[in-house]
Amino acid sequence: MIVRIMGEGQRELADSHFAELNRLDDELLSEMQSGDEEGFRRTLAALLDAVRRLGTPLPDDALEPSELILPSPDASLDEVRKMLSGDGLIPG
Amino acid sequence: MSGVMKRMGMIFRAKANKALDRAEDPRETLDYSYQKQLELLQKVRRGVADVATSRKRLELQLNQLQGQSAKLEDQGRKALALGREDLAREALSRRAALQQQVSDLEVQHQTLQGEEEKLTLAAQRLQAKVDAFRTRKETIKATYTAAQAQTRIAESFSGISEEMSDVGLAIQRAEDKTAQLQARAGAIDELLASGALDDQSGLAKDDIQAELDRLSGGTDVELELQRMKAELAGGPSQQAIEGGAAGTPQQNQQQSHPRFDKQ
Repeated sequence: MIVRIMGEGQRELADSHFAELNRLDDELLSEMQSGDEEGFRRTLAALLDAVRRLGTPLPDDALEPSELILPSPDASLDEVRKMLSGDGLIPG
Repeated sequence: MSGVMKRMGMIFRAKANKALDRAEDPRETLDYSYQKQLELLQKVRRGVADVATSRKRLELQLNQLQGQSAKLEDQGRKALALGREDLAREALSRRAALQQQVSDLEVQHQTLQGEEEKLTLAAQRLQAKVDAFRTRKETIKATYTAAQAQTRIAESFSGISEEMSDVGLAIQRAEDKTAQLQARAGAIDELLASGALDDQSGLAKDDIQAELDRLSGGTDVELELQRMKAELAGGPSQQAIEGGAAGTPQQNQQQSHPRFDKQ
């Protein structure tokens, strides 16, 4: 499965790693919904580290759609919330 | 998976359907495609003009041959009046040969006329399609420009668009390719459907037909000779000859005065 970290590019991960990623992802969602900025930043960093560690980077000129997308490491809780709410990141 | 990753992926996939590709401007692709269609239309129009020119040339040749044919007939008549049957026979033989050429040219003329009509129709239909494409192109371009402006605003605070670029690039390329192929296939279909691309050969006669024509040409001379003799003598055998092997009066009239629907 191909995962993109915004601003960093894409990585390919084996399906066997998704249990660990899912746990962190669910945690991240719950922290975002509860407004736990500190927890959100910590979990996001952990999730991104896991993707970097477990995935193989795709070349920059690879033209593969990502199946999963993660916010950039410096994204704030508020920014991510905006991305996921209403019309999404890009209107139209 | 129901967390942030999945939801963001879904959002991007949904957006990718309306993807705007920054690497290749679809407006340029549309303009290019339109330009190609105009060139094709121009080719079809040139084809119509070529066929019309050939038709005109044939008409001029036909008129010329008919003039010569009438002259030879007149000469034959005069020769016979002067008692020179040999000279009259020669004149009528030449006239028969000319008449054969006239018949051949008439067949060619009809074929060309048919082809010209089909091509004209194809050009008209193609023109309508190109016009429709132009309207659609302008609409798409306007929509694209508006969407692009919206995207720029969004990008200014989001800072991300690379995913859109990736997916958008692939989708846009596929769509452009499809549109171009469709335009090309449509134009070729148009020409084939109209018959403009049909093989118009097959006018050549086989050996047997040529021999038969030659024989019937000789008979015509004899009949013509008899008819003239009868005319000069003022005898009653004229009707019998005309009603016999020489064909009906209407047919004779059609052969000596071909009509053209188009000028």
